[in-house]
Amino acid sequence: MHDATYSPPASLDALRQRSLVVGVIGLLAAAAGAFVSPGQFFHSYLLAYLFWLAAALGGLALTMLQHLSGGGWGVVLRRIFEAAARTLPWMALFFVPLVFGLRDLYPWTDTAMVAQDHILKEKALYLNVPFFLVRAAIYFVVWIGLAFALTRWSAEQDRTGDPALAVRMRNTSAIGLVLYFITMTFAAIDWAMSLEPHWFSTMYGFLFIIGHAIMGLAIAVIMARRLSAEAPMSGVYNAGHFHDFGKLLFAFTMVWAYLSFSQFLIIWSANLPEEIPWYLHRLNHGWERIGIGLVIFHFAVPFVVLLSRRSKRNAALLAGMAVWLIAARFLDLFFMIGPEAYPDGLGFHWLDLAAAIGLGGVWVALFTSNLKGRPLLPLGDAGLESALHGQHH
Amino acid sequence: MERASIYGLVAEFESPTALVRAANRAREAGYRKMDAYSPIPIEELHHALGLKDTKLPWIVLGGGLTGAVAGYGLQFWASTIAYPLNIGGRPLHSWPSFIVPAFETTILFSAAAAVLGMILLNGLPMPYHPIFNARRFAMASRDRFFLCIEAKDPKFDQTTTRRFLESLEPREVTDVEH
Repeated sequence: MHDATYSPPASLDALRQRSLVVGVIGLLAAAAGAFVSPGQFFHSYLLAYLFWLAAALGGLALTMLQHLSGGGWGVVLRRIFEAAARTLPWMALFFVPLVFGLRDLYPWTDTAMVAQDHILKEKALYLNVPFFLVRAAIYFVVWIGLAFALTRWSAEQDRTGDPALAVRMRNTSAIGLVLYFITMTFAAIDWAMSLEPHWFSTMYGFLFIIGHAIMGLAIAVIMARRLSAEAPMSGVYNAGHFHDFGKLLFAFTMVWAYLSFSQFLIIWSANLPEEIPWYLHRLNHGWERIGIGLVIFHFAVPFVVLLSRRSKRNAALLAGMAVWLIAARFLDLFFMIGPEAYPDGLGFHWLDLAAAIGLGGVWVALFTSNLKGRPLLPLGDAGLESALHGQHH
Repeated sequence: MERASIYGLVAEFESPTALVRAANRAREAGYRKMDAYSPIPIEELHHALGLKDTKLPWIVLGGGLTGAVAGYGLQFWASTIAYPLNIGGRPLHSWPSFIVPAFETTILFSAAAAVLGMILLNGLPMPYHPIFNARRFAMASRDRFFLCIEAKDPKFDQTTTRRFLESLEPREVTDVEH
């Protein structure tokens, strides 16, 4: 009745090649910029890196989430999530340029300045270069290990259909999600929060984690929509599936708004001198425009659009909303880490765009190439049949 | 058409799939005044029975907007007009602290509108409904699935409709008295 192998269509090759060309051009431009203004390059590259790392880690987190939650939405998207998660070894490689920019990025690497600053002197036990690098290595070992194990068992499940593998993936995901939350909280502190080493917020890691969920799901929705245009996936994704994706996207957007506002409300209420500078910087000097932009573009518009059942069931509209949310994610990251790159007020350098497009092109090429390597649906999953044809059989 | 002697005809099915198939066939055959009864929610029935989209989401939206305006308005009125107090040197209209209670009243009013709207749109409370006269109808809350074609349907005819329902391979077809 179906093409039971769901092998990827040849058109993915064209997508991969086009993205690779765009990516290489963008990265070459960024590399040229690195010689002209190295300080700016590292800030732009960090922004681009955190933006696309979200796509890879979002894939990993959602792979684990769907193993735990079950449900048809996860079965039909799992291969896309896995393809995103399998870009993580490359993301470890792309982290390397940042190692050369630590002095340009992080004030706490300046030992002379730290010696003068009581708070930073105390924090030096944690914020020092060797420990920073060791921690980064630990994060990547955990993430790549989880991605490798889960995708390998998933491929094995395609061949054997062994139910023990489903149990193993579920158990690993339970531990894996906990590990991901812990490592990502620390990674967010290390790579982004320590740009302003005096400031701290315990909610900061969660803001990154929910960003990953939005990014990972948005990319999966766009890919699902693209794949459903031709065989073998035409007719696989129905309005009910997109309805589920839309509900999740809606929920993730709400969680993002909830967490972002909570962080602001708590710091605003306490009004403590060590906490408020972060927001004072972001609510003045032009940055308040980005802040208001976030309320509109990252919350109000997606909220109103995704509230309606009809728009969630409309694949084209939902894919458009996913593109919109990816742009909003960039805006949010820019709001979180941009002010440290532009201390004199709102600014935007062409390198910000070049690095994001360059890294993005390469990431999409790697993601597509991963997607191409496996069947587009988990053939050995016991829930596949009901995920494709509804529940009443 | 004179008032039919019965309320309708009900067919009993053993699976949700059979019920959805039967409802689809009945809709395709031109029947409109019908209803399905099932112990579990079945999403596909909405389309199979040819039901129109419910007005409930709009009622909930109205409730939510009312809650948002009322919640925010109450705080604004209380802190700036009725009891203007200086709290920690903050402005009287300290909007960040108003957001959370306004959000809560939005949810409260939406939820209340959803429950009340659902009850009213369903025609509840309804002390009497003829479908309970059908033999074995109590099974609808256990493991059986019923499709009832009502006599007020223009296409309803006691003989042909019964024959039609029997062609859907139900467990049995029974009359529903008024």
